[in-house]
Amino acid sequence: MRETVELSLVVNGRAHPIRVEPRETLADVLRERLGLTGLKISCDVQVCGACTVLVDGLAISACTYLAADAEGHEVTTVEGLARAGQLSPLQQSFIDAAAFQCGFCTPGMRMAATALLAENPAPTRAQVVAGIEGNICRCTGYVPIIDAILEAAGAVDAAGVSEGAR
Amino acid sequence: MTTETTPRTSPEIGGMGHSVKRKEDPRFIRGAGEYIDDLVLPGMLWLDIVRSPYAHATIKGIDASEALKIPGVLAVITGADLEKAGLHWMPTLAGDKQMVLPTTTVMYQSQEVAAVVATSRYIAADGVAAVLVDYEPLPVIVDPHKALEPGAMVLRPDRAADKQTNRIWHWESGDAAKTDAALAAADVRVSEDIYIPRIHVASIETCGCIADWDAVRGQMTLHMTSQAPHAIRTVLALVSGLPEQNIRVKTHDMGGGFGGKVPVYPGYVLAVVASLTVGKPVKWIEDRSENLQADSFARDYHIHAELGATKAGKITSLKVKTIADHGYTDAAADPSKFPAGLFNVITGSYDFDNAFVEVDGVYTNKPPGGVAYRCSFRVTEAVHAIERMVDILAHDIGKDPAQLRMENFIQPEQFPYKTPTGWEYDSGNYGVALQKAMDMIGYDDLRKEQAAKRAKGELMGIGISSFTEIVGAGPSHDFDIIGLKMFDSCEIRVHPTGKVLARIGVQTTGQGHETTFAQIIAEELGFPVGDIKIEYGDTDTAPYGLGTYASRSTPVAGAATAMAARKIRDKARKLAAHLLEASEEDLEWEPGKFSVKGSPDRFKTIQEIAFAAYTNHPAGMEAGLEAVDYYDPPNLTFPFGSYICVVDIDKGTGQVHIRRFVAVDDCGNIINPMIVDGQIHGGLTMGLAPSLYEAITYDELGNNLAGTFMDYLVPTAVETPAWETGKTITPSPHHPLGAKGVGESATVGAPPAIANAVVDALWHLGVRNVDIPMTPQKIWAILHEKGIS
Repeated sequence: MRETVELSLVVNGRAHPIRVEPRETLADVLRERLGLTGLKISCDVQVCGACTVLVDGLAISACTYLAADAEGHEVTTVEGLARAGQLSPLQQSFIDAAAFQCGFCTPGMRMAATALLAENPAPTRAQVVAGIEGNICRCTGYVPIIDAILEAAGAVDAAGVSEGAR
Repeated sequence: MTTETTPRTSPEIGGMGHSVKRKEDPRFIRGAGEYIDDLVLPGMLWLDIVRSPYAHATIKGIDASEALKIPGVLAVITGADLEKAGLHWMPTLAGDKQMVLPTTTVMYQSQEVAAVVATSRYIAADGVAAVLVDYEPLPVIVDPHKALEPGAMVLRPDRAADKQTNRIWHWESGDAAKTDAALAAADVRVSEDIYIPRIHVASIETCGCIADWDAVRGQMTLHMTSQAPHAIRTVLALVSGLPEQNIRVKTHDMGGGFGGKVPVYPGYVLAVVASLTVGKPVKWIEDRSENLQADSFARDYHIHAELGATKAGKITSLKVKTIADHGYTDAAADPSKFPAGLFNVITGSYDFDNAFVEVDGVYTNKPPGGVAYRCSFRVTEAVHAIERMVDILAHDIGKDPAQLRMENFIQPEQFPYKTPTGWEYDSGNYGVALQKAMDMIGYDDLRKEQAAKRAKGELMGIGISSFTEIVGAGPSHDFDIIGLKMFDSCEIRVHPTGKVLARIGVQTTGQGHETTFAQIIAEELGFPVGDIKIEYGDTDTAPYGLGTYASRSTPVAGAATAMAARKIRDKARKLAAHLLEASEEDLEWEPGKFSVKGSPDRFKTIQEIAFAAYTNHPAGMEAGLEAVDYYDPPNLTFPFGSYICVVDIDKGTGQVHIRRFVAVDDCGNIINPMIVDGQIHGGLTMGLAPSLYEAITYDELGNNLAGTFMDYLVPTAVETPAWETGKTITPSPHHPLGAKGVGESATVGAPPAIANAVVDALWHLGVRNVDIPMTPQKIWAILHEKGIS
């Protein structure tokens, strides 16, 4: 028999009693055991940020975080940000700024942005760039993402430099 | 040519020219997209792959006994198992063959050697770790030049007796004798070796599939990451012998494609074989290292170019010889007649008569190469070479590179323009685009600033790229992949209540097809974009199409969508005439309604007409309102643009800092300006990537030195400049919407602008060329050698 441990994982405000192997990552447990597939797995080495979730409000890479280590902490995934079907200001600004295309990095990017704005509600452009430096997007070229986060923060310098439609 | 889009429809209708918010957005922003690894089927098993640590080795034995002892490991599949069914080799899209699993020899590091089927992802990985493979390493060839040396070890002895060489094929285009004569007569000749290294698309979602064999119904459903699901279905039918109607290929949301999800990888085939064997769904998802080490790669072109010109800088001739490293098999996805893709578009935006291009495809001990990296069949390599050469010529004769381009451009009145290598450019207005870019960036002032900085010893460079793309493959007389002509398709059904379902033969990998194709129908028929649902990627329902790559969705399937909509409009006219008791000739169309000429209050809306198609159609007319179109484009489309990049180089570290980058693009008429702008931003970032950061390199043993995101440097927000974009609009004369395609222009156009800027900053030191990626190490070494750093 494989060694397992009994956990009570608190995810999005709800406790989930669950038995896992010590080696199982938080990303795999959230996705495959709890069906929370919003977070994505892409690089497996804590570089790309697609698996970003919040642990006690701080952004972490779930691909390199053991599920067992989440015991006793509050985990928040992208599914936990929903507000009775209403879009949050950050969600709306991501849509308005065309801040995603294929959508695969988007949940991780949103979690990183959520953590950033929780810590610093009025970031500068440079602080936003620093806040998402751990998240790779292959589609957008980042400028719209930075604009969206600044827009959500109510920043006045959110305008892009393009003559395009944004 | 114009610079602004004036929509014909209202924002409520949302036809062409409106920045309609995407229909895809609500699910993606909630994390509710469904990508392949999100899909779980009842009873599903996992497949994981044993891969070779060696780039070339004989397999002396595979011992699976320990793996099979692990609870939950159900099977280990080897090449010997596949050989019994004749499935150990598979055809590539380029007409070569590729191993599914080897029986005797591995040909590149990370090649698939065996597959483990297990009850969970973790147990499958345990199984992989427990399979013991006995390898005997063989000598390795990583350099294609060495592969061509006389007496070199023949890597593919399986080929025919007259092909016992590492040269896969030789391809040429243009007139060699005429070009040699023109070069010999040229006042000025410049020549350069330009290497464009191997890179990987590294879409943020890796590849994967679930093969689901239903033995009772004889039905194979293959859920997969594919940019070309119909072609996959046909290939699967031909290879497996399963009847094609019993094969369903289905794609889901995809996290980018960029060309990397066109080929058929062994993992897909292994999942199919495993599901056929065990009768359960089998999931295979590659991890990032497998993705970066074993999927098909792009570029790897060793180019030698010679350009001839008059003293005044008028280009007369171009000769190009190229070695193309394809790895151990030619698994490129080029159209059959074009083993080097559309590389002979290398004469670029310039008007001259003499060109000759030759390419040799070569085998090495690397994974398959030659697929795209967000570009249309080798266009990036071609554009990089010509734009570098033109810049070297300008610097050599002491002429401003912008001026030299202006004096050599094909002029607007010369279109349609036949190139010396046989293409017919449909339209263009290159000088206006370059002038606009120069105005946006303040070109003349920048040149003055550069001169002042140079006097102070500072390194500042300005680089231009005025590229011509070639996209929208393609006309059936020239374009096919494994015999399948490169048409594309759309089927539109209008429901009685005036709502629309349309299915297209192309696939979205994040471009927003659900939105833009609805906008085409809104434009043509006047239904509000919100009333139109677009489906794709299910071969049981979508009409046959060749898929999304080479910027062909809008040029080919977009045209099919417009044509299908026009067929519906033709029938709607007949229905309107019946309803209005008028003759068809007396009706006029505006988006959304037919009215009687001279009596604008006598009209029928398209919704009323749709209802009548099911409730009140005239005698002798078929009921219903639907149409299908298979569009065979008369020509390719030729988007173009001019980019200008300004760089500052740190003399201490060799780091290149992009201070400004202006991109003026012309993709013809625009469907959705927001999406086009997004495509250009993303494309520019994927042009930046190989210019400064990304390269897949190998050591002499064939070890991949960039096999994780720790080593393969995909740009983040920190590295990416604030792109400045502008546009001109020169409609395609042959596309029904005047559109041209845009997804790849920026990836094609950006690298030479950046490279030209870097060389421009260093030219006075005697630097003629710097190959990409222009890393700090590479620049520092140059500065150090020149005594600067």
